[in-house]
Amino acid sequence: MKKSSSVWAWFIFLIGIIYFFLPLFATFEFSMRMIKDTYSFEAYRVAFTDPRFFLSFGYSLLWGILTIFVSLLLVVPTAYWVHWRMQRARPFVEFVTLMPFVVPAVVLVFGMSSLYGGALKIGGFPILVLTPTPILLIAGYVVLSFPYMYRAVDTGLRAIDVRTLTEAALSLGAGWRVILTQVIFPNLRVAILSGVFLTFAIVMGEFTFASLLVWPAFGPYMEEIGAMRAYTPQALSVVSFILTWASIGLINWVGRGAPGSQQVAGAH
Amino acid sequence: MSVARGQPSSGSKAGGGPSKRFSWDWVGLAPFFAFAIMFLFLPSVSIFIRSFEAPGGGFTISNLVALVTQRDLINAYKTSLSISLITATGGAIFGFLLAYAIVLGGLPPALRTFMTTFSGVASNFAGVPLAFAFIATMGNAGLVTRWLESALGLDIHARGFTIYSIWGLSIVYMYFQFPLMVLIMAPALDGLRREWKEACQNLGGTNWHYWRHVAFPILLPSLLGTTILLFGNAFGAYATAYAFSGSFINLVTIVIGAQIQGDVLYNPGLGNALALGMIIIMSLSMSAYIYLQRLSARWVR
Repeated sequence: MKKSSSVWAWFIFLIGIIYFFLPLFATFEFSMRMIKDTYSFEAYRVAFTDPRFFLSFGYSLLWGILTIFVSLLLVVPTAYWVHWRMQRARPFVEFVTLMPFVVPAVVLVFGMSSLYGGALKIGGFPILVLTPTPILLIAGYVVLSFPYMYRAVDTGLRAIDVRTLTEAALSLGAGWRVILTQVIFPNLRVAILSGVFLTFAIVMGEFTFASLLVWPAFGPYMEEIGAMRAYTPQALSVVSFILTWASIGLINWVGRGAPGSQQVAGAH
Repeated sequence: MSVARGQPSSGSKAGGGPSKRFSWDWVGLAPFFAFAIMFLFLPSVSIFIRSFEAPGGGFTISNLVALVTQRDLINAYKTSLSISLITATGGAIFGFLLAYAIVLGGLPPALRTFMTTFSGVASNFAGVPLAFAFIATMGNAGLVTRWLESALGLDIHARGFTIYSIWGLSIVYMYFQFPLMVLIMAPALDGLRREWKEACQNLGGTNWHYWRHVAFPILLPSLLGTTILLFGNAFGAYATAYAFSGSFINLVTIVIGAQIQGDVLYNPGLGNALALGMIIIMSLSMSAYIYLQRLSARWVR
């Protein structure tokens, strides 16, 4: 059995490798062909000298930081509270964190933009118009980050003794803010970091929310360049792939040996 | 991705306790639920209510009726469903084989680490850059297209094949589909205990018996569950399809996107009904997923 099954396994593995690497290689090769009949980094030079590249990249960075901030602020205390006081709320919280799998991004944008774009009226006057602010964009990204952030933090909390730590801190006279920032947060560092990097990877290339809510970001910029030029889009593709690779690499690196550092897919 | 395992975990039943009256402990969860109500629940309710809105205002069910009678809407659902089914099945089969190869296939352990790390990256590498990658691979001037032409004299586009079709898009989607299967199935395959196989052999069972009567039934719920997850993954995808083919392939998500940008259906209610249909299909598949996840949690940790 050993010999034959091993040959078969190698075969499948090889197909997997080809499926993974052929598009990457093709993209890289394509991005080098901007100057006729020779390979060059011209497409990268063009991509990196476009000021809008840095602008949209900067915007995405900003959205990413805001999203991570809000997501942590919502998820960490909630997950902690579920562990310490509210075990019976667990199914409800988990249900909410899984909602992005039930309501696709496009549908969520649709619902949010019509609801907060002036549809919510009292006596004919629209109340709560949020479309001129990036609130909806950040809210959408936070929703997208929920499954990964919550799961990461939840796994981290399972690994520590929340009750003993909290009671020890309380009996030493610590307030809630001290408990969260100086006891719970440091113990969850690895878990939180993996949630943070994954959220970052998702937000940096996100297209649906940014494009449909009309906010500048790296995803819509790439799409626009793709419709306008040849070769540079592929150069941006390579940059984007390196970003994803770096984020996931960092997750694996900070999470080595830590339990539950496995992660799953983001928004497509 | 373990979903709602309903763990009686870590025993911190402290404080609170199952009291009948209102507990102030709920207040600690208020910000989280307030956010969820505002940005998840209310938008969904809004879609539900507005699906029943007639163009001039007032109540109607004609929008929902149109979903199953109007040809272009039916076609949009058909296209979305076929791509999701194709890539979920294909991704599940190939992903399972790959997971089996790296876990039980007798490959060097380093290859397993490599493959799972790469699966993590690939399952997150989607949207616009993925579309560009595949245009560079099998588009009109793509690498594979040129290779086939120069090496075999085969012009794939002359034979009526175009990558801007259901099959082309399916190949693209597969790039993030099967890695997800690998990520979820590898730990499940790890969960198969050596004792089960030994017990089967002691009872005179062959390898076939073991897979047919022991391993496969144990893995089936998580296999099916993950396939459903892949289905939903493809069904809700928008960015990849949009960047790949513009509005060339009429997916439900593409139609909804166009509806947001400018009322292309000339009827906001119809757009909402279209979105509602998506939510219903996704809810059904997620319920099935959670049910199967419970089943598999009995055996596979």
